[in-house]
Amino acid sequence: MYVAVKGGETAIANSWRLLAESRRGDPAVPELTLAQIAGQMPLAVARVMGEGSLYDPELAALAIKQAAGDLVEAIFLLRAYRTTLPRLAATQPIDTSRMQLQRRISAAFKDLPGGQVLGPTYDYTQRLLDFSLAADGVRPEAAVAAEPVSASMPRVTDLLGHEGLMQPESPAAGDPDPVDLTREPLDFPAGRDSRLQNLARGDEGFLLALGYSSQRGYSNSHPFAGEIRQGDVEVELVPEELGFAINIGDITVTECQMVNKFIGSEDTPPQFTRGYGLVFGGSERKAMAMALVDRSLRARELGEPVKSPSQDEEFVLYHSDNVEASGFVQHLKLPHYVDFQSELELIRKLRAEHARKDKAA
Amino acid sequence: MPERRHWMAILARASREELEAAWSSLESPPAYQWLRRPETGLAMVRARAGGGGAKFNLGEASITRCTLRTADAKTGVAYILGRDRRRAELAALFDALLQDETTRPRIERDVVFPLAARQAAASTNASRKAAATRVDFYTLVRGENP
Repeated sequence: MYVAVKGGETAIANSWRLLAESRRGDPAVPELTLAQIAGQMPLAVARVMGEGSLYDPELAALAIKQAAGDLVEAIFLLRAYRTTLPRLAATQPIDTSRMQLQRRISAAFKDLPGGQVLGPTYDYTQRLLDFSLAADGVRPEAAVAAEPVSASMPRVTDLLGHEGLMQPESPAAGDPDPVDLTREPLDFPAGRDSRLQNLARGDEGFLLALGYSSQRGYSNSHPFAGEIRQGDVEVELVPEELGFAINIGDITVTECQMVNKFIGSEDTPPQFTRGYGLVFGGSERKAMAMALVDRSLRARELGEPVKSPSQDEEFVLYHSDNVEASGFVQHLKLPHYVDFQSELELIRKLRAEHARKDKAA
Repeated sequence: MPERRHWMAILARASREELEAAWSSLESPPAYQWLRRPETGLAMVRARAGGGGAKFNLGEASITRCTLRTADAKTGVAYILGRDRRRAELAALFDALLQDETTRPRIERDVVFPLAARQAAASTNASRKAAATRVDFYTLVRGENP
């Protein structure tokens, strides 16, 4: 336990000033603008929006600037800001099958309707430092095809679904509204809606490590990247004063459908099942990790033995949030003087007793 | 409502500069009063497990909304992504003008159609750049096959 302390006001105020100066860096170098961060570090912005759980590229850029590039701190800033805004609406579920695609690949089918579209990916780069970027004035230009990508790009999982090979995903009876973890505490056993919301805002590093562990044998997972797609989806909501759905703009998302073999059970024939990942912005690694962990967490519902960390929903869902994790780890820096004093006295007393016993022996 | 849905979608995607330019080019901009002043808040973005399954909450997005009434008693509404109150105000004004049979043809011709054309062109251009990265993988024959 930590205790309240008084004093240090001047030191704290001066530490803020020092922080501001060190964040600014060399004043001879031009200051970063939010447009530069949002425009030239879109993947950092995507991570902050996703885990900050607030889609707003400009605010995410501000948070990154204020946090001096510490993305977990920036996520914390965005989460804190969202608590100051009223909730005005919930949107209609976004329809990723109607995405305006920037990228769409499948590692399961090579010839899929609509084709494989690589988009802006690091996958086929050589990971050699590009020193031309150290110089100013490089104006790269993308190639432009004669025709746009096909307007109709069926999801790979829907193609498998037509043959009955893929476990269907359908809304529950009455299509109930989902649990909202920003308003209700996490409850166990957790439904898929709670789990997916938790994972969507969960820490990329944590989910990446868990997903990796599931591939290395810490759960019975044999995944294929059935489909990954990235692009813009329309956001629609029904304003109370209108009573019909209107389109309020587009957001960029990345979706991953992991396809996993399922050997079947007494009442289910062998089929494929899926793990689902969906995140704001271009966050492919996170979407893939989320899909792996989502599939692992479905063990209970599919009657698979639960014996690995990635299948343990309490372990996963209680430790995925980097704002909570960072807060609890970093609270150790707060004054624990009284606690430590009592521990110190206890250890001294025990040592004294130990020495007495030694002497007596 | 399909027409109104259509123009509201176009207005929601227009930049503030575009809407300001369109507004300042009006010969007789209407007087109006607020029914709800521009207000920024959050919309919880929902999605579906596996794309088509049970609903879940993906995360929130900032939105701005407002409602106003013009002197001709037309009610303009705007809900847009982001935090730009002026952009919401202008979108609601054009929504009101488009409901008026006398002003609609001109607003459609001068504002909605050009915005729609620009948005469609931008979207097609982005899609053509993506299409240039379309690839045909072919698998190599392995091992002892002839």
